[in-house]
Amino acid sequence: MNLFFQQVINGLTLGSIYGLVALGLTLVYGILHIPNFAHGALYMVGAFMTYTLMIDLGSPYWTAMAGSAIIVATLGILLERLVFYPLRHSPPIHHKIAAIGVLLFLEATVQLFWGADFRRIASPYNGILRFDGLIIPEQRLLIICGAITLLIGLQYFLRKTMTGATIIAMAQNRDGAFLVGIDSNRVAMMTFGISGALAAIAASLYAPINLVYPSMGNLVIMKAFVIIILGGMGSIPGAILGGMIIGFAEAFGGFYFASAYKDLISFGLLVIILSVRPQGLFAKGAH
Amino acid sequence: MLSIEHLTKMFGGLAAVNDVSVHFEAHKINAIIGPNGAGKSTFFNLVSGMHQPTSGKILFDGVDITTMRCDHVAKLGVGRTFQTTNLFEQATVLDNLIVGHRLRTRSGLWDVLINSRRLQAEEKECREKAREALDFVGLSHVENQFIADITQEERKRVAFALALATEPKIVLLDEPAAGVNPEETEGLAELMKKMVKTGLTVCLIEHKMDMIMGIADKIMVLDHGEKIAEGTPEQVKSNPVVIEAYLGSDEDAAA
Amino acid sequence: MLYKLGTLFLRPGTKYVLLALAIVFPLIAKNEYQVYVMATAFIWAIAVYGLNIITGYCGQLNLAHGGFFAIGSYALGLLTADYGWNFWPAFLAAILLSAFLGFLVGAVSLRLKEHYFAIFTLCVGFIIYLLLDKWEELTHGPIGVRDIAAPHGFGLVDFTDTTPFYYLVLVFLVLAIWFIGRLSRSLMGRTFIAIRNGDELAESLGINLMRNKVLAFILSTTYAGLAGALYAGMIRFIGPEEANINHTFDIITYLLVGGIGTISGPLVGTLGIVWITQSLQFLEEYRMIIFGPLLVVLVIFFPRGLVGSFLTWMHRKSQELGPAKKRKASKVTPSATREAENNA
Repeated sequence: MNLFFQQVINGLTLGSIYGLVALGLTLVYGILHIPNFAHGALYMVGAFMTYTLMIDLGSPYWTAMAGSAIIVATLGILLERLVFYPLRHSPPIHHKIAAIGVLLFLEATVQLFWGADFRRIASPYNGILRFDGLIIPEQRLLIICGAITLLIGLQYFLRKTMTGATIIAMAQNRDGAFLVGIDSNRVAMMTFGISGALAAIAASLYAPINLVYPSMGNLVIMKAFVIIILGGMGSIPGAILGGMIIGFAEAFGGFYFASAYKDLISFGLLVIILSVRPQGLFAKGAH
Repeated sequence: MLSIEHLTKMFGGLAAVNDVSVHFEAHKINAIIGPNGAGKSTFFNLVSGMHQPTSGKILFDGVDITTMRCDHVAKLGVGRTFQTTNLFEQATVLDNLIVGHRLRTRSGLWDVLINSRRLQAEEKECREKAREALDFVGLSHVENQFIADITQEERKRVAFALALATEPKIVLLDEPAAGVNPEETEGLAELMKKMVKTGLTVCLIEHKMDMIMGIADKIMVLDHGEKIAEGTPEQVKSNPVVIEAYLGSDEDAAA
Repeated sequence: MLYKLGTLFLRPGTKYVLLALAIVFPLIAKNEYQVYVMATAFIWAIAVYGLNIITGYCGQLNLAHGGFFAIGSYALGLLTADYGWNFWPAFLAAILLSAFLGFLVGAVSLRLKEHYFAIFTLCVGFIIYLLLDKWEELTHGPIGVRDIAAPHGFGLVDFTDTTPFYYLVLVFLVLAIWFIGRLSRSLMGRTFIAIRNGDELAESLGINLMRNKVLAFILSTTYAGLAGALYAGMIRFIGPEEANINHTFDIITYLLVGGIGTISGPLVGTLGIVWITQSLQFLEEYRMIIFGPLLVVLVIFFPRGLVGSFLTWMHRKSQELGPAKKRKASKVTPSATREAENNA
């Protein structure tokens, strides 16, 4: 029972991180129909920014996380302006190749400045909470609570603010949004900014219980893609639900089956799902 | 020629095309009109096999093509154009058209490997068909220009030629005159008449009423996926239901 | 005039000059290492040609290409090192296995459109990597495969030497280019290009999407497997890193720089970049700092790469010729373009 509960906590932790990363990816896809292969690199840059702000500049964990979110959000906006905006009339294959170019650049640049070594971020919250024999590491609780808070905040922003409503409107109908006078440039930049910030926060939350290194984003981005395909590309609840499914599948699959093949679980799932339902699990019928 | 019986297509609970029955006669110009979102393009997609209908029947030359895949339908003789045609911009007009006759050829990988006589003959045939089609639409003089370098109106004609190279019996033209000036519209109308004269059947979606009323033998009016009228241009023009539908959505009445 | 100079490259004889240069290269090379680098570049070029079929001509971005390269390598490596096969049967088996797995993956993945296909193949590439890395009973895991057999020379040549192996690779490269040249000008190549222009239009022209896409995919994985098997035969020691996604990205870069969807592009791009990185050793590790932005700039400004941009420019120039020459120009151009496409 105790072990089972540990896996639930692990699943929730993983699911929260995956959900946050997938959320950024799905927002960008919903608005611009770009599968942003560079999203994993933004996640990685987010972790390195937090690392540098904390270790080299000595800022507290939370300040470092906020700084990292702002830096990566700016990076996302720059990407939209410099890379994807000029490509808006190009065939879709060009977006994907350009995104790969960005991914390669960010990875190599980080490696140039920080090297390829594995690094650790020490969290100020390394205690362990005990509830009646159940053990919860503080950082994991922080990840889960942090993710939930962010999700609620994001929901509020999307539903209750004018800017959020425009993002939703544009995700639903790009041409229609254009007709009613929505500034699509501003929405695109905003979306990339939010997406970058989410990736940076996810990376900063997860980094203390994981390692930081230049290619850390590759596996995460692939899983995020699996998640948004699972949840329907462009769907916000789908990204969260998909994140939880993959998180739990990995936690339990890794524990009860072979941990060496833990990473295979999500990709195996994807292959099976796409073989049976090419449009994803929760996607509505092709339109 | 083309008989549609109770054709319905649902998209997630919404009927894009709802119980439409219509008959298009051979060697005539048939037009489909209606406000935006009336289901006109969906109708074309159903006939050409791109979408599968939810219910109903499509008969082409007496053959049931309701559930047939798009490429089979094309082989039976249904050619079509799209509102926008993506072609290989950095290749010549002729090079873009040669593939149009591919569906009437049989060469496979082995023929490519040994450069078989069949392949050579078929390539020659395709090239000739492409030239013929280009000549028909009056574009022989731009044969060697890149697609990127020709005008909007010439692109429309190239799209026609591509459909014609498949040797269709009927061509479905989706807004063939969108984005060209009145003079050029006139020219495209002439071209459609010429197609019918050479034995083709034309079926088109169009917003330009002047042109439709001038050339169509029969018009079907769709609104919210349903057929609200059909008949000759005169009959349709004086039909109160049609007038109502168009007054109801003034954006298209102006178009 | 630049245009005149350009026409030199479009001459039908150019390809023979290049072939002659490739044949004498080991004689004029300063040392054996240069021959070795050139042979490696040729092997990569074969893989790039493979990607050009599915991505360049057929328009489907395949991100598992490096994975299929690794499958070719591992099939050859394991069959010769662990199961005692001779090189040539193992070589053939490696190519057939790549083709067969290409068929399996293609039959599932090509039902997916655009982005889904790219994401799916990205995952397939990663699955291949994970399997090579973790399935230790079969692949030896991270240790990799040692003692891979060199090609059997039947007592005539010794392929463990660099120069004979260089010529072996050259033969396969010439065959690979020859077939692509024939394919791209054939009705089948035109069918692939029609699919690249758009699924819907291609379908309405009576083209069977699945059959043609799967065929293009099998051809491309066959090329990748061939290149991978040659690579294993030359290096004779391989590890799971062969399937690293970065290899796929390298291949994409070579293809884009040279010219996607052109015949000489893959060769130009691969040779150009391999030699530039060779001469600037410090670039090796950080090459992506330059290649990454280069990819972005290319797709924004020169989506058809060096060769494609050159061909477009030559075509425009020939069209600009005065009306007196117009007839002649229009007669020359299509064949000139074809020759240009041919000059690899």
